[in-house]
Amino acid sequence: MSNNFLSWKANYDAKKERKGPFFTVSSVPIDPLYAPGHTAEIDYERDLGNPGEYPYTRGVRSNMYRGRLWTMRMFAGFATAKESNERYKFLLSQGQTGLSVAFDMPTIMGYDSDHPRAYGEVGRVGVAIDSLQDMETLFRDISLDKVSTSMTINAPASIIWSMYVVAAEKQGISANKLTGTIQNDILKEYIAQKSWIFPPDPSMRLITDIFKFSKEHVPKWNTISISGYHIREAGATALQELAFTLADGFAYVEAGVKAGLDVDDFAPRLSFFFNSHTDFFEEIAKYRAARRIWARHMKEKYGAKKEESLLMRFHTQTAGCSLTGPQPENNIVRTAYQAMAAVLGGTQSLHTNSMDEVLALPSEKAAQIALRTQQVLAYETGVVNTIDPLAGSYFMETLTNQMEEGAEEYFQKIDELGGVLGAIRENFFQQEIADAAYRYQKEIETNERIIVGINDFVNEGKDKIDLLKIDPEVELSQITRLKDLKQSRDNIRVQTTLSDLKEAAQGTDNLIPKIMDAVRAYATEGEMVAVLKEVFGEYREQAVF
Amino acid sequence: MNKELLDQWLARLFDRDRRATAKLISWVEDDVEREYIMRAVLKQTGQQMVVGITGPPGAGKSSLVEALTKLYRGKDERVGIVAVDPSSPYSGGAILGDRIRMQAHGTDRDVFIRSMGTRGHLGGVTRSTSDVLRILEGGGYGRLLLETVGVGQSELEIMQIADTVVVVLNPGTGDGIQAIKAGIMEVADVFVINKSDLPGSERMKNDIEMMLNLNCDGKAWRPPVVLTSVIDQNGLETLREKIEAHQLYMLESGQRDERRKERLRQEVWRHWKDRLQVTFENVWQVAQEKWGDLENGDSYELAGELWRRVLREDKWHE
Amino acid sequence: MNKTRIRVLVGKPGLDGHDRGAKVIARALRDAGMEVIYSGLHQTPEQLVEAAIQEDVDLIGVSVLSGAHMTIFPRIKELLKEQNAEDILLMGGGTIPEEDIVTLVEAGHAEALFTPGATTTEIVSWIRDRLEASKEVSV
Repeated sequence: MSNNFLSWKANYDAKKERKGPFFTVSSVPIDPLYAPGHTAEIDYERDLGNPGEYPYTRGVRSNMYRGRLWTMRMFAGFATAKESNERYKFLLSQGQTGLSVAFDMPTIMGYDSDHPRAYGEVGRVGVAIDSLQDMETLFRDISLDKVSTSMTINAPASIIWSMYVVAAEKQGISANKLTGTIQNDILKEYIAQKSWIFPPDPSMRLITDIFKFSKEHVPKWNTISISGYHIREAGATALQELAFTLADGFAYVEAGVKAGLDVDDFAPRLSFFFNSHTDFFEEIAKYRAARRIWARHMKEKYGAKKEESLLMRFHTQTAGCSLTGPQPENNIVRTAYQAMAAVLGGTQSLHTNSMDEVLALPSEKAAQIALRTQQVLAYETGVVNTIDPLAGSYFMETLTNQMEEGAEEYFQKIDELGGVLGAIRENFFQQEIADAAYRYQKEIETNERIIVGINDFVNEGKDKIDLLKIDPEVELSQITRLKDLKQSRDNIRVQTTLSDLKEAAQGTDNLIPKIMDAVRAYATEGEMVAVLKEVFGEYREQAVF
Repeated sequence: MNKELLDQWLARLFDRDRRATAKLISWVEDDVEREYIMRAVLKQTGQQMVVGITGPPGAGKSSLVEALTKLYRGKDERVGIVAVDPSSPYSGGAILGDRIRMQAHGTDRDVFIRSMGTRGHLGGVTRSTSDVLRILEGGGYGRLLLETVGVGQSELEIMQIADTVVVVLNPGTGDGIQAIKAGIMEVADVFVINKSDLPGSERMKNDIEMMLNLNCDGKAWRPPVVLTSVIDQNGLETLREKIEAHQLYMLESGQRDERRKERLRQEVWRHWKDRLQVTFENVWQVAQEKWGDLENGDSYELAGELWRRVLREDKWHE
Repeated sequence: MNKTRIRVLVGKPGLDGHDRGAKVIARALRDAGMEVIYSGLHQTPEQLVEAAIQEDVDLIGVSVLSGAHMTIFPRIKELLKEQNAEDILLMGGGTIPEEDIVTLVEAGHAEALFTPGATTTEIVSWIRDRLEASKEVSV
């Protein structure tokens, strides 16, 4: 450490320090100053590289936002396919450049709208999709070769994706023209999000079946979006989000290789999805470290040769868990800072939360403000004018290194537990996340951590904003449509395709063509899932606290 | 509590009212009219055998209990389940999560699942566990299952409650060696190697069989080793049969009556201990009053002096 | 009557898997000395009420983030009534808009509903106050 730094430190220590906290949102302590000598040495070529160059710390493209801005992709979808279709057309007309579909819980869990378990939940948190018919309605008058569509669907991803591909087929668009993403990340469901259907092994098989099918027929599709978002929302720290998500990513790579694929055949189609929380610098460091770790492991450990296999491309969503019920307008401010962190971290696409999301689905007005937040960021703030502007900052590079080191330590622990599936079985992730979530809550309750409007700067009286209401009629009308479909379709063909699917599930053939046949026959999602459950069984968690 | 009211609750219990079953269990656990309730219950129960299922955390005990329950329900038996988990030594609270893995019977009124915290009792069972099982019997549940976390010593306690002890282990975890070390070999009536879909189960079975060769020489009951997998639905019916066979053996060999006599003795001793505990607490109260000017001296010295002061009074036992 | 230990069923009805809140609450209640029975995810109101009865809990606490609160709370109350178990209290939390909270509580579909900003301390003391008042009369 330089004398210069030490004399400053003595000076600093002699002065009074305000009561903190001086730790990140992940409870990592932060020093008052980062300076040369005090922080790690950086080798520019080895550790940073120019944008678009290994190890991609500074970004995956050489021109980044000076070439093209990120995709402003707002997650939307509610009620019925028809209403969602109208919302999509509205958003496209407002300048949005990609679609993002939210499904309702019955769809996510593989139940049809008329299943008793779906009661009260049809069309609540997203759109209800029971069959190909709904998928056709969802994209009516939207040409599927003109948009890129992101679908947040995991356990039944193979079925919903098949419906999308078949819906395009019906529009006369061939599969190789389709672009978009399915989330399809089952590991984080066991770890954090808990929307699972089947046990891990058959779930991984469905994923590698998708990899294989996509390589042949839908080559431009991002077949998986390896998601840290939900891990973070469940209470993880930034480091845990980073480490667990990348560990999942490596597990998919290993599964693909084990299923007989060449790593370069599918790795370019892997993409990521991160959270952006309110701690500005910590978030940026997380994205920078993520790119570097991914590139290093893909090259050195998995022997990827193609450049695209090394690139970590990711979508970001601002942190839903950071939003507060009281004084909801403050959420606009939080979201804006979070969005800026994501952009300074080099995200490829971004969803900004609406201020009311902690209370309900976004109203049109709130969703518009959220989109405008991104537009202000892109066109007014100037942060896009130069690439990775924080590089070389003593603080930023130190944080980035710490993130990488911490992640490597986690990878080692996970290896010792037998990899990601072993660690899931041992409840390792679940326990880490539960502990972090509890600690965070305690920090708020003891006022160690201040959340504006929650434990300080509280407004007496309630703040009211207008919220979106879902008409309860939605459920009934969806069920009626489903009943009509079941009567009008060719039920013999449905039965045949379903029993073919079951037979294929018992064997080892790729299931996607069989699923597509059932989709074309207008078999419902619930019918297909039920058949697969008979063969695969159902997953059940062991809760940890 | 009003005895007339209590009698009404007891009558409802014997009428198989679930609410009464649940409430009476709570009162016994909380030591409210425990003796009165249990004397009524024990008059009418005690016929049904208890199957104890124990093993390390995460061994899959709850899933096995659920799977067995399904088999018993297939034979139209009513199943009463007690699942015991440790309470927090700091707060005395507990999070009891065993129901999660027994959801298949969540709304079946012929299955009664009760979760219990150990409430300061060391080991895998609590002082009310066996009473709670008898209340379930009184409520018409003929098939009694007790699930406890096995951690070394507690297996001895489950043996005092259960007529058949099933020890659940997992392959590839070193459970086998641990079991031998912890003296589990002596308490198991049936061994289960659960999650047998994982590698290493055959080897573990061989290890246990070898230990049994040494241990069971000349004994009338040699514990069978059953491989089960809840995921693949393997070995479950075999497990049910082995439990059945052990219970039959217990009846025919007279072992059951032997165990019961021993159990009765243990229970009497426990009731004594409970009473003595109360008495001792009273003595301690008296002793506090006699503390007087005692301050100097080590703890042994003070204890001795206080003991003399209290005993001299000779009123402490009242 | 001096029932010593407060027993709470923490339940997660609905199809969503957002159990962060439920788990934090479960842990806080345990640390406050209560016995918490955790239902696990994806429970129907029928399953929750049956568990509440068998476990003889004083209170059911449910976390609803699926938007289905207007059907779930009344349904649980209705089932408790059918089972003559109206003495079991019902509280909840999750993404529930203020006006729905008022509607549900005023209609008696829940004893208390907490917003996402509520602290575990607040919830623990609400439970204690509420149960101390009612413990005296429960048989």
